[in-house]
Amino acid sequence: MSIIKSGLALLGLFLSMPVFAQEGIDSQINEAIKPYADAVAGFIFSSFPIAGVATPFILIWLITGAIIFTFYFRFINFRGFKHGFELVRGDYSDPTAAGEVTHFQALATALSGTVGLGNIAGVAVAVSLGGPGATFWMILAGLLGMSSKFVECTLGVKYRNEYTDGTVSGGPMYYLSKGLAERSDKLKSLGKVLAVLFAIFCIGGSFGGGNMFQANQSFKQVVAVTGGDISWFADKGWLFGLVMAAAVGMVIIGGIQGIARVTSKIVPFMAVVYVTAGLVVIFSNIEAVPAAFAAIFHGAFSPEGIGGGVVGVLIQGIKRAAFSNEAGVGSAAIAHSAVRTNRPVTEGFVALYEPFIDTVIVCTITALVIIVTGTWDPSVDPSQGVALTSAAFESSISWFPWVLTLAVVLFAFSTMISWSYYGLKAWTYMFGDSIITDVVYKLLFLFFVVAGASMELGSVIDFSDAMIFAMAFPNMLGIYFLLPVVKKELNEYWAEYKAGKLQKFGKAANRA
Amino acid sequence: MTQALLVGTDCSECSHRAVDHAARWAKVVKLRLYVVHVIHWSPYTFNTPQENEERHIHKEEELQRAHSQIIDPIIEDLRSKGVDAVGVVRHGHPAETLRALANELDVSNIIIGREGQSLMKAKLFGSVTITLVQISDQPVTVVP
Repeated sequence: MSIIKSGLALLGLFLSMPVFAQEGIDSQINEAIKPYADAVAGFIFSSFPIAGVATPFILIWLITGAIIFTFYFRFINFRGFKHGFELVRGDYSDPTAAGEVTHFQALATALSGTVGLGNIAGVAVAVSLGGPGATFWMILAGLLGMSSKFVECTLGVKYRNEYTDGTVSGGPMYYLSKGLAERSDKLKSLGKVLAVLFAIFCIGGSFGGGNMFQANQSFKQVVAVTGGDISWFADKGWLFGLVMAAAVGMVIIGGIQGIARVTSKIVPFMAVVYVTAGLVVIFSNIEAVPAAFAAIFHGAFSPEGIGGGVVGVLIQGIKRAAFSNEAGVGSAAIAHSAVRTNRPVTEGFVALYEPFIDTVIVCTITALVIIVTGTWDPSVDPSQGVALTSAAFESSISWFPWVLTLAVVLFAFSTMISWSYYGLKAWTYMFGDSIITDVVYKLLFLFFVVAGASMELGSVIDFSDAMIFAMAFPNMLGIYFLLPVVKKELNEYWAEYKAGKLQKFGKAANRA
Repeated sequence: MTQALLVGTDCSECSHRAVDHAARWAKVVKLRLYVVHVIHWSPYTFNTPQENEERHIHKEEELQRAHSQIIDPIIEDLRSKGVDAVGVVRHGHPAETLRALANELDVSNIIIGREGQSLMKAKLFGSVTITLVQISDQPVTVVP
């Protein structure tokens, strides 16, 4: 429970803040939290050597799972792709059930939680540390991750709780506890343990990657565009954090849903702007594109000057893909389970699009922008994160860093809103649903916003990675026991689909 | 052939005139009259997780409100005047939903009010009436 402890330590620190000299606040917060953050990161990333390179266990865990799911469901990530699109488009949505949460809406909500700084800052880190070749492994990990999402989102819907008032609540906590109990009595207690472990890590993840990392990186970008080290903001991370925390607080504590609603409308627009700008940069450097692809393939298999060689590059690619799309982590299953459907597996098909859009499209665009503009440089400080991406865009579109800053802050904000929801679901699973537990969680969440903005990237990124990846351990372990359940659902559904027995509606019915 | 009439209402002044017109018509030709209200809703919006969680409750509330505030009083009034009136509330895009319902309920005519908005506004935001006239599979009577 070092998370809770460090949360409380931070709470004390926060309350005694006025006594610190103003310029020292950032470093005080950093020093107070760093030891905890480092300890957590050290444990989760305990590694063992593969081909002489220290490989974090959790990455092997994630990618092995994704490969197994891909084979077990006979390449569902490819064969279910078309059907996923039909479902998102609404071909199978009964108009008499209109007004409920659609497949599109569930996907869009889950995506706004995942598309964020991982796509901008994380990719920059991967390309800095792993070279262009990391892009190749990142895309591959994204494609395999689609299978992981398929499984976890199907389970999320299947084992969600539907309350008498009509609200729904789902996610790994529920499928681990209910699903494993359903398999056998022996697995019942294992399921419970895994569910609790997941909930603890999810709370940690909501403070780390879903919060501190976002606050930290958006602050760094604000500093960078306002003048770097000489910026008025440069040593005022705590102030930025307070403003951000106030905005988040208004939504999650103040219940001012209007802000969240407005953000949820702007974020997709910003995502489109980001992707469009990325394509503009790529096309304006079109002559560098063939060389970029060559560098990606060459770097993937025979990198030069990268620590750890191929394995080192592979680790960077997989790590950033997983951090960005969260496949296997279980977070998205919470968002997806709100969909209104009586066939859980349909949401699995829809969820295939999440890693695809997030990693295969958006992350790849970021990586290409960095590579074609030549901004990638092995000597660049890897802790630059979003600043590297910003510089890459700036080299083609001089004013884009300002737009990027707005995008980064909005992405960070919407990711925080999503993660505060995921974390709260895990928190109430652990401590029950009451106003007090609710407010305690939300206050802690806000403290971490301030902490994240005040800390150095190194400890923030390690802690963020650690907590988010830790969720994958109980989640995927439990999923292995539930694979036959998903297989049964899938086979029944797929047979009906292939036989044309599923009812289509609207224009789709006329096309058929 | 058991066809019926369908009137769209959004509770504005003009749609009351449309309802009255439809009621007189239905009474003369002795057809059932469906009084329809469409709650504007799109399957392609971006929501927060909180909104999604509570969507089902909100949908039920919206349906209830539409019935109690718009449809039920009209139906009651029409029935007291001897019209075979049935109320329908559905979520969706107004014009497309009216069209779909007309087909689903085997309706011979659609009666709809005119929103009476300025030409500029109609050009910018579109008009349910004009859209319906363009996409409907049945004759549409527009009541000014």
